[in-house]
Amino acid sequence: MSLLSHYNYWIAMALMMIGLYVVMSHANLVKKMIGLNVFQVAVFMLFISLGKVRGGTAPILDPQFTVYSHPLPHVLILTAIVVGVATTALGLALAVRVHEAYGTTDEDDALRRDAAETPQR
Amino acid sequence: MTEHLPALQVVIPLLAAPLCVLLRRPGAAWGVYAATALASLAISLLLFARTFDGGTLRYALGGWPAPFGIEYVVDAVNVLPLLLVSVLAVAVAIYAPRAVASEIERPRIYLYYACLCLYLAGLLGIGITGDAFNVFVFLEISSLSGYALIAMGRHRRALLAAFRYLVMGTVGGTFVLIGIGLLYALTGSLNMADLAERVPPLYDNRALHAALGFIAVGLAIKAAVFPLHAWQPDAYAESSSAASIILAGAGAKIALYAFMRYAYGIFGGELVAEVLPLGRVLLLLGVVGMVLGSAVACFQTDVRRLLAWSSIGQIGYIVVGIGLADPAGLRAAFLHLFNHGLIKGGLFAVVGIVLLRTGGTSLDHFAGLARRMPGTFATLLLGGLGLIGVPLTAGFVSKWALAQALIGAQQWWVLAAMLASSLLALVYVGRIIETAWFREPPGGKAAPAAPGMSATVWMLALLTLWIAVDSSAIAGVASHAAQTLLGGAP
Repeated sequence: MSLLSHYNYWIAMALMMIGLYVVMSHANLVKKMIGLNVFQVAVFMLFISLGKVRGGTAPILDPQFTVYSHPLPHVLILTAIVVGVATTALGLALAVRVHEAYGTTDEDDALRRDAAETPQR
Repeated sequence: MTEHLPALQVVIPLLAAPLCVLLRRPGAAWGVYAATALASLAISLLLFARTFDGGTLRYALGGWPAPFGIEYVVDAVNVLPLLLVSVLAVAVAIYAPRAVASEIERPRIYLYYACLCLYLAGLLGIGITGDAFNVFVFLEISSLSGYALIAMGRHRRALLAAFRYLVMGTVGGTFVLIGIGLLYALTGSLNMADLAERVPPLYDNRALHAALGFIAVGLAIKAAVFPLHAWQPDAYAESSSAASIILAGAGAKIALYAFMRYAYGIFGGELVAEVLPLGRVLLLLGVVGMVLGSAVACFQTDVRRLLAWSSIGQIGYIVVGIGLADPAGLRAAFLHLFNHGLIKGGLFAVVGIVLLRTGGTSLDHFAGLARRMPGTFATLLLGGLGLIGVPLTAGFVSKWALAQALIGAQQWWVLAAMLASSLLALVYVGRIIETAWFREPPGGKAAPAAPGMSATVWMLALLTLWIAVDSSAIAGVASHAAQTLLGGAP
């Protein structure tokens, strides 16, 4: 078992870190959502690769095949993807509302505009 | 019928949400939400009656037996969180019509109630499920509806607060998902009781340690445990008053319950406290949280923000109780989880009444109000004294339990920090009391009374008073809960 034999974990980890970095380093709300998506997708891929069996086919009963991939992680991730889509939709909707209310999608700009309007809080 | 109670606890609010959306009329949507909240409370009380003496109810969803199907479990561990959520849901239902009419635009009111139903379903689901993955799903249901509820606050700052909460909350939720994935990869099971049996032989496994770490960090974000609390003050301060009662009272508490269930019900106290230093880390974070949260609260000028920072401090007490990893500590954690939820919910309700009356929530808006509305402010005094932990309040019951646990574990430094935090609580509660009782009230006519809102405040205050006078039932459940968690399988 060499360092690269579980390359799927390395890819998932790298994507995860890229996603988290984008979330933290950008003030633009839409870019934050993109980072969040990359981060979530990395975890989905981690799960999906867990269920992969080498040489296995889709888990549909058929006399031709005897080795199947593990379906349960895939089903779990189907649920997690739905959650992810809902989160993205809500996040983007909030970004649109922020743009309507502040005229910008940049978090720092918006905070500055609030601070300029209400000097004492 | 009664054997389906565990499922109905979640199914009723889940179905009520689309019903609110279909009905569209504000009054009808409120009716649906109120009926849902009452039904949830009735079910919680029935479940409480069956399990408070240490019994366990198991319900196989769809008839699929336990390790394969999803199982709902009700035992001493989760009846208190379920009861807390349902009581606060009813409190919100009584409170909402007047508060919502003044804070939410009329065309959006039915969506507000739909979100409340979903939030309720999510919290109750986290509480009742016995399946590790199901916790994640309900966690995200409650979080997503929570983001929407916060975004409906009256100022545009609420949008930014909701977005920040969404980003941090999603990272937290995804961390929990990673932890569950690693757990599943190691054991091949998702049922909590089944996992509890499969995990102990793996105590040396690195991936298991990573799983616990991911779940701990993820739930700590959701529970606003120091230092992962950054989203919390804004989120509580900007949300509308009705939603803030259940958000502040139950939202973080249910994540702490989930953490206790994972840490002790699945991973086991031995892994948390002996194999890994998580217990000591929690003690440290709890101590810093309770001192820092209370200290920052002293400098706030907005009362909601003050209460939110006070919550970070009070969550520190619960975290310390969890970190002790002994029966006395967990018992104190459960007691404080319940008592603080009721106290903080009541205090946010009082702030909502002040907002309706004066149009703001800063300390200046409280000036002299205690003379104008002595009844409401009597409950504020009661809640404030509870935050400090003065004898004959609910806060004292749980703080005393925690102090006893700390003395038993000989954690003198933590005890000293707890006393320091209580003194700081005296300062911030004192500021509110000083402003409300001893400053001159502004002129102007009295705003119309809001009987529903006052009723909510009194209901929560009397409940905490009842716990202060006779805490035997709650304390008994908390003891059973601690024993169940440290004794092994849920």
